[in-house]
Amino acid sequence: MIKTGTEIFIECLKKENVELMFGIPGGQVLPLFDKIYDAPFKFILTRHEQGAAHMADGYARSTGKTGVCLATSGPGAANLVTGLATANMDSIPLVAFTGQVPTSLIGNDAFQEADTTGITRPVTKHNYLVKDINFLSEAIQNSFYIASSGRPGPVLIDIPADIQKASTEFVWKEKPDIRSYKPNLKGHPVQIKKLAEAINAAERPVLYVGGGVIIANASAELLELAMKAELPVTTTLMAIGSFPPDNALNMGMLGMHGMYWANMAMQNADLIIAVGSRFDDRCTGKLSDFAPKAKIIAHIDVDPTSISKNVAAHIPVVGDAKNILTELVKHVNKKKHTQWIKQINNWRREKPFGYENDSKLRPQYVIEKISEITGGEAIVTTEVGQHQMWAAQFYKAKYPRHFISSGGLGTMGYGFPAAIGAKLGNPKKPVICISGDGSLQMNIQELATASINKVNVIVCILNNGHLGMVRQWQQMFYKRRYSAVELFTHEAKRCQPIPDFVKVAQAYGAEGMRVTRKTDVSHAIEKALKIKDKPIIIDFIVEQEENVFPMVPAGAALHEIVTSLA
Amino acid sequence: MRHTLSALVENKSGVLARISTLFAARGYNIDTLTVGETDDPSVSRMTITVRGDTKILEQIEKQLNKLIDVIKVFEYSQTKHIERDLALIKVKADKNNRSEILQIVDIFRADIIDLSHETLMIEITGDEEKIEAFVGMLRPFGIKELVRTGIVAMARG
Repeated sequence: MIKTGTEIFIECLKKENVELMFGIPGGQVLPLFDKIYDAPFKFILTRHEQGAAHMADGYARSTGKTGVCLATSGPGAANLVTGLATANMDSIPLVAFTGQVPTSLIGNDAFQEADTTGITRPVTKHNYLVKDINFLSEAIQNSFYIASSGRPGPVLIDIPADIQKASTEFVWKEKPDIRSYKPNLKGHPVQIKKLAEAINAAERPVLYVGGGVIIANASAELLELAMKAELPVTTTLMAIGSFPPDNALNMGMLGMHGMYWANMAMQNADLIIAVGSRFDDRCTGKLSDFAPKAKIIAHIDVDPTSISKNVAAHIPVVGDAKNILTELVKHVNKKKHTQWIKQINNWRREKPFGYENDSKLRPQYVIEKISEITGGEAIVTTEVGQHQMWAAQFYKAKYPRHFISSGGLGTMGYGFPAAIGAKLGNPKKPVICISGDGSLQMNIQELATASINKVNVIVCILNNGHLGMVRQWQQMFYKRRYSAVELFTHEAKRCQPIPDFVKVAQAYGAEGMRVTRKTDVSHAIEKALKIKDKPIIIDFIVEQEENVFPMVPAGAALHEIVTSLA
Repeated sequence: MRHTLSALVENKSGVLARISTLFAARGYNIDTLTVGETDDPSVSRMTITVRGDTKILEQIEKQLNKLIDVIKVFEYSQTKHIERDLALIKVKADKNNRSEILQIVDIFRADIIDLSHETLMIEITGDEEKIEAFVGMLRPFGIKELVRTGIVAMARG
């Protein structure tokens, strides 16, 4: 059947089962928006294209489906870049559509023209500029396939306005077939056997688990493996929720702000089994002193470039974590590592984890309460900074896809729009964004989006009046010379935080609350959880100079972990 | 150490940009790069020579393979293969030394392709070593211009 470009666009999205799209219209996407007017999916109008990309991302991370966003040419496309880069670093399936000036004007510096595929090439898994209407449906079909398969990532499709209006025969392939793209999903049986033998022989094994386990939906297989061979598990920031928080084998997060015993276990292990993790510098500390006692490092990853990039792997296994773990479990022996577990427990006792739980309102306490009240069953998103690390340390996410954070790129302004996307994808789940007073202001305009669409996300601001993480580094490494980190004015009698978040909430039609006393924390959270028809901001005025510990200073080895200021 | 990589890629716009972006973003240095159509007009072959240790080479190879438009990558350091480079050299030559240059051209089996009162243009094909040796022999006469295609390579057999 002959269809126009815009009809093909809608038809393809129907075939890909798209239920939700985020974005903002503009000159070069007017034809698409004319079709979106009565499309069979919901379109969420955001207030900034970056918000649209992060919402699609939060939707994708929390549901496992592909997120979709749409922006106009030039500035619209450029505003997507941070969102694409965020998704790219964390391997999140996203398809972004952008309008482009008509093909006859490309390269002419036309109004709102930008080289969108050029700008986004380094921050996407792949991108297309569709210059021929006959390629449009294939480009869209390929994009959804590329975004969601192998190591997932964002894909952008740039569609010039004249292509949107052109017509052609609509073709839909049974299955996309790209001759140059064949991700390897099945692990090599010889490598899997080799890894099983290494596990069976190991005395001090550690499972070092990353976000790949969540992407591959391999949590059940991971649990089975860890229990069968009694393997202590440490998770990266991206893997929080992939392993039950109350399981005795769960050592918690490792790395810069990880648990002391998890880092000590890495440094003393004789076998490290990395699963869907990529030996990021925040996890390894100083590379030359990383895991000095490891005789074997094994690495399971779907992306061959992750293997032996930072740390050489003795047993590389390329493939999908779910497939590989399923096979691996069959070959490992049931075993106990009593001595090793005892050693780890000794480390736990040696430097226990906690904070000064006094009468003051401390940020860690707020997160502990969120965790307690929700039972770890709420979807928590975070912004980036101190609050993010406290959330990682204190929120006990019970399930995968329940802890959502910009890990690789570390994008401030990510958490709030991501929470909106997560809530729209999971309307029955409570969704809480743990934020700082700095981060929230980077996409605060999306309060309008949440309000108008009655998205009852709860934003818990741990308001310390500072860009807290930078302040902490300046305190620890720059002699407390606080340079450009204060978020309040000195002019008023007492330090007055700007803005008044309660008034901001009210101005946007959201609920605003302020909590200044420890005793009011639980009540505020419980009250917020009952509100169903609008977003809620709770402004927790917390201790200003609280620091995140433990901490491995930049450039130090994992065991050189600092647990307090002194 | 210098390595030669050969990649079959989709013959469409943007592919070269993807590859050069990859090298720039990861801090790899391209020594030479040649691109041309293969017998299948939808496929181009790129020959890339790079310097680096085996760890960097392994990463480059994997990163190239990861690009959606790259069909296949060959790395030739462990394979018997032939490499060729073509150079055009404009050298100062007058009636006094022209015959001397012609002798060198003869020995290297190069060709004179243009002649003027003051210059000669010479075409030479060969591996990098041969071309460098030839250029070395011509240098004392005065090289006015030199252009090289970069290396193309093919596995034997």
